[in-house]
Amino acid sequence: MLLADIVETLPHGGDYVAILPEIVLSLFGMLIMLLDPVMDERRSQRTLGGIALAGAFAALLAAFFQAHFLSHTGGSGLAFWNMIKVDAFSIFFHVVVTAVTILVILSSYEYMEVQQIRAGEYYGLILFGAVGMSLMSSAMELVLIFIALEISSIATYILAGFRRRSAISSEASVKYFLLGSFATAFFLYGVALIFGATGSTSIATIGQSLAQYDSTGHGPLLAYVGIALMFVGLGFKVAAAPFHIWTPDVYEGAPSPVVGFMSTAPKAAVFAVLLRIMFQAQAPGRVLLIWIAAALSMTIGNIAALVQDNVKRLLAYSSIAHAGYLLVAFAALPANGIPAAMFYTASYAAMNVGAFAVVGHFANAGERYVSLEDYAGLGKRSPLLASVLTIFLLSLIGIPITGGFFAKFYVFTAAMQSNLIGLTIIGVINSAVAAYYYLRLIVFMYMREPREEVPVTPVPVGLGFALGLSLAITIYLGVQPTRVLDYAQKSVDLLR
Amino acid sequence: MNWLDQNILTLVTFAPALGALLLVFFPRRHRDIRVFALVISLLTFVLSLHLPAHFHRDQAGFQFDINLQWITTPNIHYHMGMDGISMWLVVLTTFLTPLCVLISWTSIHERVKEFFILLLVLETALIGVFLALDLFLFYFFWEATLIPMALLIGVYGHGRRVYAAVKFFLYTMIASVFMLAAILWLYAKTGSFDFVVIQNALRGGAVPDYSGIVPLMLFLGFFIAFAVKVPLFPFHTWLPDAHVEAPTAGSVLLAGVLLKMGTYGMLRFNLGLFPEQARANASWIAVLALIGIVYGALVAMVQPNMKKLIAYSSISHLGFVVLGIFSFTQAGLNGAMFVMLAHGVSTGALFMLAGILYERRHTYEISEFGGLASVMPKYSTFFLFVVLASVGLPLLNGFIGEFLVLSGAFQAHMWWGVVGASGIIWSACYLLWMYQRVFFGVVKHEENLTVPDLNLRERVALWPAAIMALAMGVAPLLWLNAIDPAVHNALVPFTQFMSKVVSQ
Repeated sequence: MLLADIVETLPHGGDYVAILPEIVLSLFGMLIMLLDPVMDERRSQRTLGGIALAGAFAALLAAFFQAHFLSHTGGSGLAFWNMIKVDAFSIFFHVVVTAVTILVILSSYEYMEVQQIRAGEYYGLILFGAVGMSLMSSAMELVLIFIALEISSIATYILAGFRRRSAISSEASVKYFLLGSFATAFFLYGVALIFGATGSTSIATIGQSLAQYDSTGHGPLLAYVGIALMFVGLGFKVAAAPFHIWTPDVYEGAPSPVVGFMSTAPKAAVFAVLLRIMFQAQAPGRVLLIWIAAALSMTIGNIAALVQDNVKRLLAYSSIAHAGYLLVAFAALPANGIPAAMFYTASYAAMNVGAFAVVGHFANAGERYVSLEDYAGLGKRSPLLASVLTIFLLSLIGIPITGGFFAKFYVFTAAMQSNLIGLTIIGVINSAVAAYYYLRLIVFMYMREPREEVPVTPVPVGLGFALGLSLAITIYLGVQPTRVLDYAQKSVDLLR
Repeated sequence: MNWLDQNILTLVTFAPALGALLLVFFPRRHRDIRVFALVISLLTFVLSLHLPAHFHRDQAGFQFDINLQWITTPNIHYHMGMDGISMWLVVLTTFLTPLCVLISWTSIHERVKEFFILLLVLETALIGVFLALDLFLFYFFWEATLIPMALLIGVYGHGRRVYAAVKFFLYTMIASVFMLAAILWLYAKTGSFDFVVIQNALRGGAVPDYSGIVPLMLFLGFFIAFAVKVPLFPFHTWLPDAHVEAPTAGSVLLAGVLLKMGTYGMLRFNLGLFPEQARANASWIAVLALIGIVYGALVAMVQPNMKKLIAYSSISHLGFVVLGIFSFTQAGLNGAMFVMLAHGVSTGALFMLAGILYERRHTYEISEFGGLASVMPKYSTFFLFVVLASVGLPLLNGFIGEFLVLSGAFQAHMWWGVVGASGIIWSACYLLWMYQRVFFGVVKHEENLTVPDLNLRERVALWPAAIMALAMGVAPLLWLNAIDPAVHNALVPFTQFMSKVVSQ
């Protein structure tokens, strides 16, 4: 073989641009891991946090550079022998994931000190997790998706158990790990069956091969089973019913900023994967499968949340319900469903990270104050924090001028346009029921007498930035959603 | 069109919100805040007077139209417009808000700033509901009224305020999602949220899949949301709770304007978009309205609590409105509109009066009073005047509307008229009986002997309402000649039912 031929097969410059955010994140992650042992333990927290923050910002810039690069070179965005595709779609998710990472790092700053958690691995793992999530959104190859999924999952398994002194945190970690590995195994089994049915693990090829069956109306049984098994694995990761059982326990035990992280970024990434598999691979039997999961998630999540007295558990069930709303978009036609799902992911990320940041700050050392009762009178004692949390909660309800409103609105519009009238009605009824438990928390904050034994500490700078940013995004998406939605729309056109 | 005509609706709608925004940056001195809120609400009122002054009364369509693209996908427009129906409701809102500010002058001492911010935001949302011609924008404002109102009740209310606020919120929220589903269906099929576009599409039969059970479901989707808001029997149970626990200003806006959102919605959307369905379902809706009239009145009669009594009387009065709307006669619709306005003024005034008494004695129990006429002569005079207006004494505002509604109801169906007319007798019974127990006889409780009469501020708040009640009773045509063309227009699909009895 000639040297020229070998050079030809090697990755070239464009290939590296395709994984630029991942490269940046990995480098900063490794830098943190290397610095951690040689640093003074007391001072490491701020420095390493700063490095992590710089890394996340650099990754965000890298994502923007990708967009710039893509529009200038006008390439297909395919890289590494078609295993990776950087298009507007994946850049959208890169931005969501890195933005969430930035917010989480900012809100972790002071939390780590209060909870006395060692900083080094924590920040490193967050960055490594983000690597997996970014990779997931640009992977075009089921095996690569599996690897990326594992990178992100393993990081979150460990992060969930970071409050080592607390039993429920360790429980959360172990539970998440055991059930999560089980779910990944399902995913892998699904990949194997799909490979059997179509002879490929590349999403594009699978799509072409499954598209043939469209005319006959049904694909091979193997493909149905494979898609169903993959959906089990991915459904677990996004906490969709009936694969949601782990969610409340893990969210309750895991550190609050981590919950903010794992309830948004990995979910966004998995939803990106799901979008690619369901729409680009033309998955057969998709509508019924998702219809059931969406209806179940919304209903179970909301009804269970009605009776929760622990704020973290309440938000855990709420996130199950939100996974359900998002899945409604997946059941819709691709042209309407995909932009709706993308918009939902972005606005959900902003409001949920914000809500958990407030919860984490208020919980105090050892996360002691997380029951509804503890929030009594917060509106009087800490008006700023309470009003910020209120806006996030109103956004979660879906009240106008918040991102949550348009998110729900687009999803239900998409469903209606696809003639999913039943699912839309289940959805809107659910979103009305959901108002009750979010409202209950607001009622506690504003209409109950304060409890003096619950400490209220001033909001530190990092958290203030994180809250300000997520608040700004939430409101921006609620007032001027057009640009983000247009971008999502545009990326869908490229997807097909 | 000059600049002002083009932007007047935007100005009127957002002036209070702008005031609220400025108020956020205001120092926490109570007096300044109150004065500022008053100035803003008066300014809005003056601005809103531009509407009737420059309104072309002979035209039926929407005027002062403004239609801008807001969001491209989905196709949402900032489309506001006004006809004779919405104009007076807007003016009613801007008229009542300054009075609400005045009446809350001293009764709110905690979180004063937040109170007035909420009040002004509520005003913006209410005006927006009446002016929006884009269904999305309408839903947006509709939902936006919920938060400030629930907070006004929940934070500034009395005893069981939290229960009442949550009940209010959930009832209206759950009901309005059905409307959302209907709106989304319409958008999915027509590709537009614009009221006029959808109306034309529905009338022209250009909407795919609009057949079978679908029209009925759409009609009901809208109707449930509005019926809960009105509230129509049997969806009324949130109202007494909300009213009793709400602060005075909250009650005034709740009874005066918020309930009219429901009847306005029925008139605009149920009749405007689905005339066939409205016709087909009129009989049972009218029966519910009649039950509301009689049931509300009977329950009002036995209430020991003054505010609850007024709340149930609202259910009865709003029953008249619904009856008038679903009689599909020109007189009935004109009457329904007029009852809405008259009820807003007189019940608003009744709630203000009840609130004034509460400030002095911290109770609404009728049995706690008696013989007040000798202690508070000015107060008793105002009270009697408003009670008579509410009862429907000729030459005061209550009479005209109820008369028109009943004449419409008789044309539609004799028994509707007969049962409805009994409501007028009932209202005389419960209101006059309440008046007798509170004001006549000897003073039974010693603490009532020293209750101070109205002060200047309270008189300033009450006079406009009293004058308005009289003016509307003496010269109803001033209002009706703007309402009539719009109502006529709304009735075009119901030509069979058209009557020549026009509002004279």
